[in-house]
Formats: sequence, C-alpha cells, structure tokens
Amino acid sequence: MLELRFDPVRLPPRCNELRHEVREFLAAEVAAGTFDPRDPESGSSTAKEFSKRVGARGWIGMTWPKQYGGQERSFLERYVVTEEMRVANAPTRHFFVADRQSGPTLIRYASEAIKRKILPAIVRGEICFCIGMSEPNSGSDLFAASTKATRVDHGWRINGTKIWTSNAHNSDYMIGLFRTSASTRENRRHGLTSFLVNMKAPGVSCNPIGQMSGQKEFNEVVFDDVIIPDDHTIGEIDGAWKQATSELAYERSGPERFLETYGALSELVDAVGTQPPATVVAGIGRLVAELHTLRRMSVSVAGMLEAGREPVVEAAIVKDVGTVWEQGLPHRARDLAALVAHETGPNVTFDEKLAFYLKIAPKVTIQGGTTEILRGIIARGLGLR
Amino acid sequence: MPEQESYVVATAERVFADLADPQSVIQLRNDSWRAPAWAALLETGLPLAWVPEVLGGPDVPLDEGFAILRASGRVALALPLAEAMLGAWMLAQAGITPPPEAASIVPSGPHDQILVGRDGRLAGKATCVAIATEIERLAVLVASNEGPHVALVRTTDCRINGRPNLAGELRASIDFDGVFPLAYAKAPAGLNHAAVLRMGAAVRAQQIAGALERMLEISVRYATERIAFGKPIGQFQAVQHNLAKLGGEVAASVAAAVSAADAILHEGLASDASILEISAAKIRCGQAAEVGAAIAHQVHGAIGFTDEHVLHRFSLRALSWRDDFGNEVFWSTELGSMVARVGARGLWPLLASR
Repeated sequence: MLELRFDPVRLPPRCNELRHEVREFLAAEVAAGTFDPRDPESGSSTAKEFSKRVGARGWIGMTWPKQYGGQERSFLERYVVTEEMRVANAPTRHFFVADRQSGPTLIRYASEAIKRKILPAIVRGEICFCIGMSEPNSGSDLFAASTKATRVDHGWRINGTKIWTSNAHNSDYMIGLFRTSASTRENRRHGLTSFLVNMKAPGVSCNPIGQMSGQKEFNEVVFDDVIIPDDHTIGEIDGAWKQATSELAYERSGPERFLETYGALSELVDAVGTQPPATVVAGIGRLVAELHTLRRMSVSVAGMLEAGREPVVEAAIVKDVGTVWEQGLPHRARDLAALVAHETGPNVTFDEKLAFYLKIAPKVTIQGGTTEILRGIIARGLGLR
Repeated sequence: MPEQESYVVATAERVFADLADPQSVIQLRNDSWRAPAWAALLETGLPLAWVPEVLGGPDVPLDEGFAILRASGRVALALPLAEAMLGAWMLAQAGITPPPEAASIVPSGPHDQILVGRDGRLAGKATCVAIATEIERLAVLVASNEGPHVALVRTTDCRINGRPNLAGELRASIDFDGVFPLAYAKAPAGLNHAAVLRMGAAVRAQQIAGALERMLEISVRYATERIAFGKPIGQFQAVQHNLAKLGGEVAASVAAAVSAADAILHEGLASDASILEISAAKIRCGQAAEVGAAIAHQVHGAIGFTDEHVLHRFSLRALSWRDDFGNEVFWSTELGSMVARVGARGLWPLLASR
C-alpha cells in the first residue's frame, strides 16, 4: 500500500531573502494604489500592468529553463512568491494560470518554435492564459468533451463551446482540450488533443457569465470555424489523456489551495483584538493549527516536486483537505466573531469582508478538480481502484 | 528525516513485530508477553534512546527517537516505551544518570505543580501520569525558589491512584507529599513545566500518527477483502471516499508530527516556532484521531467492534493519547493566545517562518 510520507521540508535560507523582496515589492504596490490587501476584488483594472512589473522582477516562470526566459530557480522559491502574493491578495490573475500551468505544459509538449515565441512573453508578464477544459456536457468527466477539431489543410478547424472558463475575456491564449477522434471501446479517454488557441483568432467569442459572488470571471467561449495552425497542437494527437496527470500535482498542491479565504482568518484576528474571550482564543488556535499543518503538507509536496517526484496522490490530498478547510473557515470565523462586539468602530467592515468569503466558499471544492474527483484519485492511490 | 534508513528504527520495528504484535497479544488473553517484550526492549537500549553516551545511553538523535515512537504507534505498543524515553530524557537533561528501572515523566498535565520543601521533601499532586508494571521510578520536574529542578523518585514512595484510560492503560493521580527523592539536580535553562508538556505532546503526536497509519492500512485491506452485495466493499464509492478522507487525516497527522519533531531538533522547545509546531501537531493529531477512528470503525463494521479484532488497540489508544500532556482545547488556547499577541499582522509572518 502507498505510504503517505510527508517529510518536514524546510524552505532554504535563500527563500527568506526572496520573501522579503516580495513583501517590499508588494508594500510598494499597495502604497502606489495598485491593490488593497484587505479587498480581494481590488486590482482588476491594474492587474495587467502589475503583471509586467512582477515579470520585470523575474517572478514569473522563475523555475523554467533559461533558454525560454526562465531562471531555473527552485519550486520552493516559486512557492514563496506564490504564497506571499496570495496572502496579500495581490492581483495575479493576468499571469497566474500561465505561470502555474500553461507554461509548464508548453515546456513539456509544445514545438520549439512555439516555446521560443510564447514563453518569454509569459515571463515578461505580457500575456494571459486561460484553460479550456469544461464544456456544457463535460465537467468533471473530462473525457466527455465534444468540441471538435477537424483536420484541414495545414491545420485544424474548431467548432463548439467551452464553459466556466475563468478569465477567458482577458486572455491572449487558451490551452484547450478538443476532440480529434471518437473515443474507442477499449479506451474512452482516447481521441482528445490539446491545442494552443489564440483567443484573438477569428471565430473565437467570449460571453461573460456572472457569478453568485458578484465576481465576473466565468465565460462561455464559442468556437465558430476557428482555424488553428498545425504547429499549435500540444503533445500527442488523440493522446492528451497521457499528459494530463503530471501537471495536476503542481495545480493541486500549491498554497492557493488553502489560502483563498485566508482573509477571513486575518480579519477575525484583527476584529477580536488582543484580549478575546477564551472560546475565541481556542477557536483561533484550532484554525491556526489546521492551517499550519496544511502549509507544512503543501511545502512537503513542493519538496517532492523539487526532487523530481510526481506526488499525484499527495497533491490530491492537499487539495482535498485544504479546500474543505478553506471552505469552512469563513463560517467558523463568523461563529467566533459573534462572541465579540464588532459592529462599531473600525471593525464595522468585518461583516462585509466576511460576506465575500462566505459567498466564494462554495466554489473552492469545485474548481480545479472536485472533492469527489480528488477522493477517487486518493482511493486509487490507496489501491481501492 | 532519516527514519526509513535508520538502523535504530528498523531494530525497534523488529522487536515490536516479534514480541508485541497486537494480534498475538489479543490471542494470548493475558500479560505473559509483557515481561519478555520489555526485557528485549531494555536489551536494545531503546528506553534510554535519548540519553547521551556519558550518562550511559545510545544518544539517538531526537528525530530518530520520535520516529521510534511513531513506529511504536504503528503496533499500538502497550508497553511504556514512550514514558521511559521521556523520563530518561528529562533526567539526562539535568545530568542525572537514568537508573536501570524505567521512570515515567511528571508532569503530564497542564495544571500539576510539584514543590520542594526546605527539608528536601516533595509536596504536591500530579494527574494523568502514565504508569505500568514496568515503571518503578518517576522523573519529576519540581518547582523551587532556585528555579526548576529534576527529581528521581521511587514509585513505591508515593501514593498512587491509577485508573484505566480508554485503552485500559493506567493513568494515575500521584500524591508526592513527604517523598524524599533518590536524586535531585537543577534543571538546565529552558527545561520547565511548559517545555516538559511540549516534549510530551510532541511524543503523543507521533504515537497517534503511527496508530493512524496502521488504522488506514488495515481498513484498506479489510475493504478489499470483505465482500458485500457481491463485491469487495472497497469498490463502493461511499466507502472509497471515506477511506480517502481517512488518508487525508493520516497525511495531516504524519505531516504535523514529523514537522514538530523536526522543529524540536532544530529550534529547541522554547521558540515561538516550536510552540506553533508542537501545539499544532497535538491539536491536529487529536482531531485526526477522532475523525480517523470513526472512519476506520465504520469501514470495519461490527467485526471491528469486537474485543478480538486489533482495530480497537489502535483506535482507543489514539483517542486516549489525546488527553495526555494537554488536550486539543488546552493547546488551542496556548496557540490562540500567541496569535492574539502577535495580531493579524504577525500571524502570516509566524506561519511563513516555518
């Protein structure tokens, strides 16, 4: 049976310097009015320029090969940058998907020409990526995707619809999963291919979909006879299922998988002051113990990635435990805050802040792999499937 | 963490498997396994693991010692190895050569206080002290006007009122009034009541993590063997998801326990970092024991509730270890107080420092 080993990986000393650099950089951005660290919705108008300044610091694609503009720094260093930006509520939306997922996918599977063209621009913070996976009839069941890519002279023609595509309306490129052949009786995962899609290409249209939280990230992306050049296929034709798994460990184990509602905890600590009642003290202690443990698990997985392992199950565990925790956090903060008067004075904003986190809480166990899918992966790792 | 490669840990696991296997212990239905198993443990020197060579011990590194105790949790070891290691560790800290008889450690409760009078006799009461037939001595942290001291005491000199915990192991209230120590020495800087509780809490976290590791293993095995509705129950999604959740709890407890052990190795017992790490480990392992025991029993159904099945040896120990050296609410209060002190601005730097 799989041994669940989470070694006590510590961030090396050079990460401390980097952490201070990131904090100083973010403090200057806050001072300049780029974003408000207590408002996770701030920074939407400044995200694009912010992205370029982060790129100029060398903090996008920092683990990538130097030949593509990267710096070949460690995953642990990237981890520090990611968590500092997440906790500060910095507007990373313009570069985060490319940095975490799309870039590494291109490095592994794209043609040399594409890599040379796209990766340095990502590193400079100039281009934004989105991920085209879900369709109206294909969510967790990725292999039900039916949006078609049909062979034409020198390329492919795409028709169909992707949905729930976060940030598509601001994106320059999508890495999308399209059906190039029918699945086979032996392998229902066969027949899907990854493509790099220029979102500005003729025939691509984005229709915004409002979210219950008031956010406007979702889109429906319609492909109407969109032509994709031959060298924009990413990896094996009909064999995308073989490439899906290794990136998932990066996508699932990062600090963003348990810190999305961290603001609810820091707002709570702020609201209850230095002498909270015993119940509140114990409640906060418990939350911090759980958060610390999650972070230690996540750093441990970052260490496994740095060591060249593929900790698919460990990463699924971090995301499962982490997202269930961050989902509960605002509700528990609400409970504890009730014991302290916080309606007046400077704490008047606590309820408003909390409302945002309460409203986004339902999504965290859905995005990027639902709890149910993750538990299936863990069960397989345990030898039950 | 060198635990898999460690010769000492491998030796410990071999002794546990040969002489204290939980299934064999159940089948015996008596305590005849205890004396040979304990003798074998003494032979290996494991109870003195954390004692330096100058005081007659093998000077096993702290983290390897913790790994031994996690391994002892994996067999639900019903011998007072953890207690003996802790007692010998505290005596050695004060420069006292540990005696051949095993000593349990006092205090293990947050509210205990043992004092010393002018005549050198002790006074005060301790609660929740782990005792057993193999324990003939107590290593006691004593408060005095000259600062904390460590005393070595004969158990038969004390009034001891032992009661079984959930797992049937004895936890005692001990009255030290009038007891004259066999040895008495000043505690080194930093060894105080709080430090002893932290060390004990880190040990119990390891034992709980170890017990949970084995509970996951036997639950998964049972789910692949037990047939219901025409197939192994592990093929039902509801059962798979429960076991996946158990996997998450095991992962959390292991990560928290090894991280706390590593923190003690590198930062000692008194730093803010260690307070965060140790309290988090005791809290999170305690929670995992609760959730994990419930799932492991659910998967096993009625057979896991029988006295003949090994599961209860793990589940009940994991649950009762929550109560030693401060429970979840005690440590949550410690950690929450620290967080209130540093405030919202200090919280993230504290977490990120680890």
